[in-house]
Amino acid sequence: MTFQVFLQHLTNGMSLGSLYALIAIGYTMVYGILRLINFAHGDIFMIATYVAFYAVVLLGMQLWWIAFPIAIIFTYLFGRLVEKAAYRPLRNSPRISVLISAIGVSFLIENLAIVVFGGRPKAFPIPPMFNKVFNISGVSIVSINFFIPVITVALLIGLVYFINKTKTGMAMRAVSKDYEASRLMAIDVDKIISLTFGIGSVLAAVGGIMWGLKFPKLEPLMGLMPGLKCFIAAVVGGIGDIRGAVLGGFILGLGEIMLVALLPELTGYRDAFAFVLLIVILLIKPTGLMGQKLSEKV
Amino acid sequence: MKKERILLNIGAILGFIILLFIFNKTFDSYQMKILNLCGIYIVLGLSMNLINGFTGLFSLGHAGFMAVGAYTAGLLTMSPAMKEMNFFMKPIIPFLAKVEWPFLPALLMAGVVTAFVGFLIGSPVLKLKDDYLAIATLGFSEIIRVVFVNIQSVTNGALGLKGLPTHTNIWWSWGTAMITIVFMVFLMKSSYGRAFKAIREDEIAAEAMGISLFKHKVMSFTMGAFFAGVGGALLGNLLGTIDPNMFRFVLTFNILLIVVLGGIGSITGTTISAVIVTVAMEVLRVLDETINLGFVQIKGIPGMRMVIFSLLLMIVILFYQQGLLGTNEFSWDWFSKIKGFKKTPKKEVKQ
Repeated sequence: MTFQVFLQHLTNGMSLGSLYALIAIGYTMVYGILRLINFAHGDIFMIATYVAFYAVVLLGMQLWWIAFPIAIIFTYLFGRLVEKAAYRPLRNSPRISVLISAIGVSFLIENLAIVVFGGRPKAFPIPPMFNKVFNISGVSIVSINFFIPVITVALLIGLVYFINKTKTGMAMRAVSKDYEASRLMAIDVDKIISLTFGIGSVLAAVGGIMWGLKFPKLEPLMGLMPGLKCFIAAVVGGIGDIRGAVLGGFILGLGEIMLVALLPELTGYRDAFAFVLLIVILLIKPTGLMGQKLSEKV
Repeated sequence: MKKERILLNIGAILGFIILLFIFNKTFDSYQMKILNLCGIYIVLGLSMNLINGFTGLFSLGHAGFMAVGAYTAGLLTMSPAMKEMNFFMKPIIPFLAKVEWPFLPALLMAGVVTAFVGFLIGSPVLKLKDDYLAIATLGFSEIIRVVFVNIQSVTNGALGLKGLPTHTNIWWSWGTAMITIVFMVFLMKSSYGRAFKAIREDEIAAEAMGISLFKHKVMSFTMGAFFAGVGGALLGNLLGTIDPNMFRFVLTFNILLIVVLGGIGSITGTTISAVIVTVAMEVLRVLDETINLGFVQIKGIPGMRMVIFSLLLMIVILFYQQGLLGTNEFSWDWFSKIKGFKKTPKKEVKQ
């Protein structure tokens, strides 16, 4: 493998890794606050992509800069709706019920999507500015592969600022540390949880739209695999920790691309890579690379 | 009293066998297929209930276990000539090319192989809890599927196996179901069953009482895998065709639906809901197809059926968490209650 080919794979890996990171943050935020896998996260991602598709079809290709924000706002509301319908009623129930509810709502969204959008794959419209190919000393970069890491980093900086510096962000951190104490401190816990879902959904929406621009094929079940993989990314990095989610996302994205690049005979096992990584990490360091040990309350 | 119960039980089983005999004579092949599926789903539902309901380990690996069982039984029962026809892309490994086993040993072998796989997966994974366990088992089930797509010389890859001998009939499926039910009833009454339930209720307390958590968890997981493998084998030999894509997460979801609907931790509940769900799955197929009433056509919406099932799961888990029976089990006392005379009321320990 020449150095140029390596760089080519590296750019691909970076953009895939950024996408994973963006979606993984949504998982990690919800897990940090509710101690729950939001199984529906991948489906929220799918819904965002479909809404963006329909918005672009309705408004026309030139107005994509209106269409995409519409999709993001819709997804924000949708994420909060999912929380209200499927998770809030079960706040004091056993964990197994909440998990089943999470799986149930994920299935419901998928099947509704099949009914509403149809099962046949659709082609995502790509505005020309995302589709240009640059050639930098033999490494060809599609402009979307350049935009993805940039947008991810920008969103990440915004998010970290929001969580660490604003009052709402502080409330979020408080809720993730201790439910009851934050309630006593006059924090509206339900509102904060709902907001967390909203923010996670916004990140999923941005990730979904960029995913659509990178892999322009829409299917109702398209959220399933990225959803699982991003959850794995979150676990690998240490769930509940935003830096961990980003790290995990990059490890997974780069790992997948490099596995295929370096060992072409294992291409068929590409989807299994994430799961093998997950199991190895869970066995070696169950809290993930950056996670802290949680002591168990008796 | 005790003797009476045993007689009643034996009578009920005999009555049921006679009923099966009548069904066997009167039902057409489509209805028979559904009846067979009911029996198979009872086995699968019970095996998931053992792991998820009784031991409280949230495992989502059933599709993978079923795949292992179905492929094992399929490869063992297919005739050598059939195998040669199937494996035209890449020849089958010589070790499997010539074997042709009768159904019973193949079925048991499927269970044993799956139990072994379950044991291998379980021993590392069962250190994890709740969501982590769910994702890890789901991951393993996906890995099994991906591996099956890729090892062409054993599984024929994505093409799958066609022309499996359709050994599964009503006696096999319902026979296995009945054996599973009886086994589960006795298991749950044994000290192991009580240990499983103790682990479900409170791991720390159970450990403090001297129950080896790891041993019992692996045991429950392995037994569950055994029955899942047998269920998968029955399914494969009922349908006659298997391919890796059959064993996706949807299959696990269906079984989970059965367990939740019947009541997590109830043998009776799972048995009843397995029958209800399987029949409903077939009956509601109507929704996906266009109905022609002569003067008006009602357009069927493909996928509507699964929407209803996921809604059903949501409703049950949100508003009616105990499902059909909660953790209650069938007993003949039900009838005495209805009749109004109380025989020595047996104090049930609330679970």
